[in-house]
Amino acid sequence: MIYLETPKKFRPLVTQANHVAREIFRPISRKYDEAEHEYPKELDVLASLINGMNEGSGMGAGAAGVSGESGDEPDSGSGNRNGSNLSTVLGIIELCWGDVGLLLAMPGQGLGNSAIASVATAEQLERYGGKWAAMAITEPEAGSDSAAIRTTAVLDGDEYVLNGEKIFVTSGDRAELIVVWASLDRSVGRAAIKSFIVERDNPGLTLDRLEHKLGIRASDTANFTLQDCRVPKEALLGSPEVDVKKGFAGVMKTFDNTRPLVAGMALGVTRAALQETKRQLEAAGVEIDYDTPALCQSAAAARYLEMEADYEAALMLTLQAAWMADNRKPNSLEASMAKAKAGRTGVDVTLGCVEICGSIGLGESELLEKWSRDAKILDIFEGTQQIQLLIIARQLLDKTSAELK
Amino acid sequence: MSSKNSQGLADKTMGSSLRALNWIAGSKILDRLRLRSQFERTVFQSTKHGMRAATSAGRSFNKATSLGKPARQKSGSGSGLFDLTPDDEQQMFIEAGQAFAADQIRPAASGADSEKATPAAILEQAGEIGVNTLGIPEEFDGVLTEQSTVTWTLMAEALAHGDMGIAYAALAPGAAATAIGRWGDPDQQASYLPAFTGENPPAAALAILEPKPLFDPFNPDTRATAGTGGHWILNGVKSMVARPGECELFIVAAATGDARPTLFIIESGSEGLTFEAEPAMGLRAASTGRLVLEDVRVPASAMLGEEGDRARIYADCVSGSRIAWSAMFSGTAQAVLDYVIPYVNERQAFGEPISNRQSVAFSVSDIAIETGGMRLANWRAASRADRGESFAREAALARRLAAAKGMDIGSAGVQLLGGHGYVKEHPVERWYRDLRTAGVMEGALLA
Repeated sequence: MIYLETPKKFRPLVTQANHVAREIFRPISRKYDEAEHEYPKELDVLASLINGMNEGSGMGAGAAGVSGESGDEPDSGSGNRNGSNLSTVLGIIELCWGDVGLLLAMPGQGLGNSAIASVATAEQLERYGGKWAAMAITEPEAGSDSAAIRTTAVLDGDEYVLNGEKIFVTSGDRAELIVVWASLDRSVGRAAIKSFIVERDNPGLTLDRLEHKLGIRASDTANFTLQDCRVPKEALLGSPEVDVKKGFAGVMKTFDNTRPLVAGMALGVTRAALQETKRQLEAAGVEIDYDTPALCQSAAAARYLEMEADYEAALMLTLQAAWMADNRKPNSLEASMAKAKAGRTGVDVTLGCVEICGSIGLGESELLEKWSRDAKILDIFEGTQQIQLLIIARQLLDKTSAELK
Repeated sequence: MSSKNSQGLADKTMGSSLRALNWIAGSKILDRLRLRSQFERTVFQSTKHGMRAATSAGRSFNKATSLGKPARQKSGSGSGLFDLTPDDEQQMFIEAGQAFAADQIRPAASGADSEKATPAAILEQAGEIGVNTLGIPEEFDGVLTEQSTVTWTLMAEALAHGDMGIAYAALAPGAAATAIGRWGDPDQQASYLPAFTGENPPAAALAILEPKPLFDPFNPDTRATAGTGGHWILNGVKSMVARPGECELFIVAAATGDARPTLFIIESGSEGLTFEAEPAMGLRAASTGRLVLEDVRVPASAMLGEEGDRARIYADCVSGSRIAWSAMFSGTAQAVLDYVIPYVNERQAFGEPISNRQSVAFSVSDIAIETGGMRLANWRAASRADRGESFAREAALARRLAAAKGMDIGSAGVQLLGGHGYVKEHPVERWYRDLRTAGVMEGALLA
């Protein structure tokens, strides 16, 4: 039975998340945009609140809620399942309507937590569960090409020894754990890339600097050097086997679940900009009319409708991808479609809203200019627009990465 | 094709048409482009239709016993869970539609496009699948107990994957049947619905669009003015009507002075009701034409729906039509995607398939993304309509997506085939033309 609304059972969660966004994020949104690198201490109270919500409802409002092996039972006789992938994306849309940077800075909700939730063993969950985990993939010479990373991990007795340089680690300085991607054997290529959990206070891990950024300034971005950084053998996530056939599958699997979440972030900020722009337009005497054809309305209204239509398409693609994950349907294609559409829509719409609102859009008295800066990262991290188009094309055209580069 | 009362009018218009014909026939351009035989065939068909001719004499719709209260399909309920899986019944219609589209519609598409007509056998078969009875309540032998918007949408996507023009020709009569099923009063239902489920169902049309720039369905030029004896007098011109010469029933939107226009049920053969061919760049298989109303006199009982309810009915009708067209564009956009994938994989340039190039591959990705987005946005509108929820916003957004992305997809389809896309050996040039009707069409179909 086709139904594309927010599921009834998730509406309380969406309302809660919206309250958090409205009451906690929005009032401090500008403050931490200006005070880059300052820790948003207001989030501590919130984190414990959200952990309470998660335990109470069995749903995550942050990235940690996503799991590859959803334990959710089917909701109806037909076997349809609305689980944590969908509820998480819905929660994220609301929170990012409040502030993307603050969501990314939320304690305990790092991408590393998603990776741990996706592949950790029971022992690892016991040891690392409940801790804030950042994710360290990118290197100075390896961005989108994550198979080219140079950080190495060498087994030495009961420990792995990690050496390399990691950049763009979201909340890297604030988190308690960092999930580091490193190669067991650089001659084997991507199959040898594994992820390792490194404690933030490991003496082999040195913070080089925190970046100054275009947007999402509430969220710190750290650069690290790993020098003879020793971690216990048990810190390796997933299987230590180097399986050439399986290749990258293990580590890349996380992305199928996290891409719809980043799409959700873009949707949240897009909706914020649309709503504010509609308010501004109405104050200026321009009503958006859904009955009258766009071309029969003012140019601003027509532009607005075009942007809202793109938002709607991106929203549907994103919910589709999350719903497929909940129902254990392979969704790599749909996850990338959602990410690509939501990412570019976020940039187009937030920048378009600045133009429509004129100097009010540009000025720091409103948040429109900030949203247009925040949105840009969402078309870049977790796979750039171009990488998403590559992934989609390879699947549709049945191409290997050697054929379609 | 003629009835007595139209002859005078046809004669009047013939004069100026013949002058134009004479000029074209005398020009050398036809010979230079080797178009003469094709042109002569077109002229034959146009004159056969009389340039402007009376609408078909049509049947007399026999009024069956009125039920006393209108029969209606129920609103759907939905489980309250996000779900993209069509139900079993919908799946059945999708499969029937897909098979019909692949086996019958696609092979006939090119011919129907150039002939500007859909073969009768195809229209008959479409009728057998039941495409035009989805909106008819059970009491009048309809097959669906609940509102049909999603089911219709899925079916139309499947048919338009075969060909949009043929799908338009096949699905247009159902718009009238659905409108009467959904909004007709007991007498209107008893008069017209039995014909649609009986032997030899009529062609019919929902005529809203008018030939003018910036057409707004909520502000049509077609006017109904109060005449004597409670009658209404209609004047105006409707555009892009499917098979107007064969239609036996029209539902026409006209302004009455109320806030919103009203839909009038008009039988073919009515005095003052004529049509003329209006071939266009797209949807040619539907033999599109204009419907001309000159002092057409109808009784008050021709107004669709109960008084007081007509503003809502009209708004729902316009939005339902927008869903219908978005379904058509989604289906054809999917056809473009399905066609270009094997083509760019097989086509070689510089020693390898052109799909090994990002500029080509990314264009395919974009077609997939935007096709998926517009389809799902439209599904949302359709399912909201079925549950009786507000759906004007969602339908409007789906229409915007179809207008913007549909056209881009049509263009990308031709571009990916290069020069081969520009010639009629491949269907992408037809899809380019058909997809440009997105954002233009209003009314005509009803989901």
